[in-house]
Amino acid sequence: MSAPHQVTTSDGRVFEPGDGPNVALLSEHTRREIDAWLARFPEGRQRSATLSALRFAQEQNQGFLTPALMDAVAEYLRLPSIQVYEVATFYSMFETHECGRHHVSVCTNISCWLNGGEDILAHCERKLGIKVGESTPDKRIFLKQEEECLAACTGAPMMMVDHEFHEFLTPEKVDKILDDLT
Amino acid sequence: MAANPQDDFVNVEVDGKPVKARKGAMIIHVTDAHDAYVPRFCYHDKLPVAANCRMCLVEVEKAPKPLPACATPVAEGMKIFTKSKVAIGAQKATMEFLLINHPLDCPICDQGGECELQDLAVGFGRDIARFDERKRVVKDKSLGPLVSTDMTRCIHCTRCVRFGQEIAGIPELGTTGRGENMEIGTYIEKSVDHELSGNIIDLCPVGALNSKPFRYQGRSWEMSQVPFVAPHDGLGSNLFGHVLRGKLKRVVPRANDEINETWISDRDRYSYEGVHADDRLAKPMLKQDGHWQEVSWDVALQAAARGLRAAGHHLGTLVHPSCTTEEAYLAAKLTRALGSSNVDHRLRQRDFRDAAADARQPALGLPIAEVDALTGALVIGSNLRAELPLLAHRLRKAAVKSGAKVAFVDTIAREYRFPVAVQIASEPAHWAQQLAGVLAAVIEKAGVQVGEGYSTLLRGVVATNEQRAAAEALLSGSKRVVWLGALALRHPAWADLRSLAVEIGRVAGATLAVLAEGGNAAGASIAGALPHRVAGGSPADVIGLHASAMLESSQRAYLLVGAIEPQHDLAAPAVAESAFDSAACVVALTPYASKELLARAHVLLPIGSFAETSGSYVNLDGRWQSQAAVSKLPGEARPAWKVLRVLGNLLELSGFDQESSEEVRSELQTCMTSAAGSAAPSVIVTQHIPAIAAVSGSADLEIGDLDVPMYSIDAVLRRSPALQQTGIARRAAEGAAQ
Repeated sequence: MSAPHQVTTSDGRVFEPGDGPNVALLSEHTRREIDAWLARFPEGRQRSATLSALRFAQEQNQGFLTPALMDAVAEYLRLPSIQVYEVATFYSMFETHECGRHHVSVCTNISCWLNGGEDILAHCERKLGIKVGESTPDKRIFLKQEEECLAACTGAPMMMVDHEFHEFLTPEKVDKILDDLT
Repeated sequence: MAANPQDDFVNVEVDGKPVKARKGAMIIHVTDAHDAYVPRFCYHDKLPVAANCRMCLVEVEKAPKPLPACATPVAEGMKIFTKSKVAIGAQKATMEFLLINHPLDCPICDQGGECELQDLAVGFGRDIARFDERKRVVKDKSLGPLVSTDMTRCIHCTRCVRFGQEIAGIPELGTTGRGENMEIGTYIEKSVDHELSGNIIDLCPVGALNSKPFRYQGRSWEMSQVPFVAPHDGLGSNLFGHVLRGKLKRVVPRANDEINETWISDRDRYSYEGVHADDRLAKPMLKQDGHWQEVSWDVALQAAARGLRAAGHHLGTLVHPSCTTEEAYLAAKLTRALGSSNVDHRLRQRDFRDAAADARQPALGLPIAEVDALTGALVIGSNLRAELPLLAHRLRKAAVKSGAKVAFVDTIAREYRFPVAVQIASEPAHWAQQLAGVLAAVIEKAGVQVGEGYSTLLRGVVATNEQRAAAEALLSGSKRVVWLGALALRHPAWADLRSLAVEIGRVAGATLAVLAEGGNAAGASIAGALPHRVAGGSPADVIGLHASAMLESSQRAYLLVGAIEPQHDLAAPAVAESAFDSAACVVALTPYASKELLARAHVLLPIGSFAETSGSYVNLDGRWQSQAAVSKLPGEARPAWKVLRVLGNLLELSGFDQESSEEVRSELQTCMTSAAGSAAPSVIVTQHIPAIAAVSGSADLEIGDLDVPMYSIDAVLRRSPALQQTGIARRAAEGAAQ
């Protein structure tokens, strides 16, 4: 790791991110992004940056977290590892097992269901040759879960790809969206 | 408006009874104080409030729904109902939810019979479960050799998680996953490695966390519970032994807020395994023509008496500092009656200069509970967490809760899990130099006159920034201590370190304490197991040889009392071994027939371990704690005080007619009363000034290894398999092997 650097916290004090055997796993870009979040909280409240730090760590690793990456976040934020594991396993946007890099979730809750959400999901499964919860062998797409309403009922049926909403889906639209994922 | 003490209280009603409650108190404090029982799982007096089990729901007038008693502060005029239909209904409903996923494996659960969930299910559970879906199953975790897990039984109270955060200072356990998938664990396979980790077993209200060595060893209702005192450190933690058919099966804490609160160290919890070691000595043994024979007590005692009598004043007696006060007293009395004054319990000490300045007994100088309120501390030569785990816990409380500033002078900077003001990591050879620097800094900061004799010593001493920081830490607030630990005690220039520490304490207005090794160093001192002090603490007329000198000078006979193993328990094992080899007779009163003793001793007399002997321990705040024997003696073993008494009779010495250990104790206490005028003072009064060479760093010191791993400090611990398998012990063994 490069020379230790400091982050000015929201209360004008200084936090020096920790170093450790895993910190080198975090890219320079990831670290700068985490620093920006660390700067938003007062000194002593670095735990508040866990969620964002994990998000960048997962992004850097093509869609999922490893124990080493979680340890790296813990070391960088100077937290006990378990507190990072707790957050990573609690929130559904984090994957702690190897999976595809694009996360696709199709909504099958009531509005989408009435508008053919289940057919959209079946189409995805057929097209990709995998079931919900599985990833394509080339690790391009992870068919994450059946979503329970993402508050886009006006655009039903919908699905979320990574962090983007796609609405008024038809099998043709889905083909295009999935094919465009690299 | 003038401050009115009445303002600190509010008027509330508990089940129709008007009571006064402290402002800000939680409902559960008030109901507990007024005997209105409210069931609970997650709430614990010593832990922060989590309010996640919902078992303590009570009805509060005007509140739209039941409120958790553990997390609801009282307010003026609040009417609390703990037994109303709403309250009981809420509690019963909570219980039904808790039992949904809880397995019905009470018959094979170690917690069965002493389970909070089982108890409350009787009071608040339904006869019949309405839940007929599948119960969830949670994979067990491996948390190391001390704590067993059955995580399917977990009700997610998070007491163990909060223990890690609040008490141990290192969260090792956490809650991972959510909802149905929520689990308690370490997430990645990892042992829980803290010297207080076993306490999560007591905290766990169900059978999820239990004692691994005790697994399937007995049912709680079959065992009898006997109070006793922890023998491994000077705190004297209060324990209960659980005994099944005469055998000590388990050790749990006995709450005492003045000493150990509700906690005990893993060392005190699991050392009982060593009591049942394979090499327990069950019969007296005598070496005849180089061969060991099991003999009768009569033959063995006669042989021992012959050997001791023949030695006359060339007898050296070593008493283990974890022996009971009664044992130490009789051992010293026997030795002196035989004409020798060579008796000592300071087995690992190397430097005995300035012993005349010793306090009557090593003492903390303040009640243990007051450590919580310290404001400044300087800890010299101590691996405190290993030496006195619960004293370290109290110091941690002082640092975390009230911001005490703590400074250490040690070989390395150790992990303390609390904010430490400064850790001076320094080779032991330079400790005196470091202390001189700290002393100079304290004098400068406190603006006090330096003590006579020290001005020459401190001439030219300029404090470093670290030493200044240590002085500043010590001088914070008004409640200050200077502690000297076991590493300092074993230091070859102990007298110099102590003198400097005393002077630092004097100029800083701090209480000085020597954290002596062993469970009963204070008792052994007051009992006269010292070459320069007799029972009661008066200076001896004839000063005998101290522990090192009696081994260096090769006495004719040696008497070893307590589980002393020369290669582990003495400062210079090689010297001891040659002394024993050349002695005409070595008599060992020992619970173990260890290889080392079989190789060097001539008579082995089997005695009771700490669990099988009645007697008293005196802890570091001077508290006398007496206990009865907890479990049965193995074979023909006898309590050491009885063996010493009979030896006294055989040697035709007067004053060995005690009928019980209580009688021995009152005899000693009479000595203490009559010695009151002549006894040494309760604090160290030293005139010793270190040589200039000692603080200039030019002294040539052979230091050796001062550290003894925390699970190797006595023979019982070295024989406790579970403790030896812990990460702490394994790392120590690896370190030693390197």
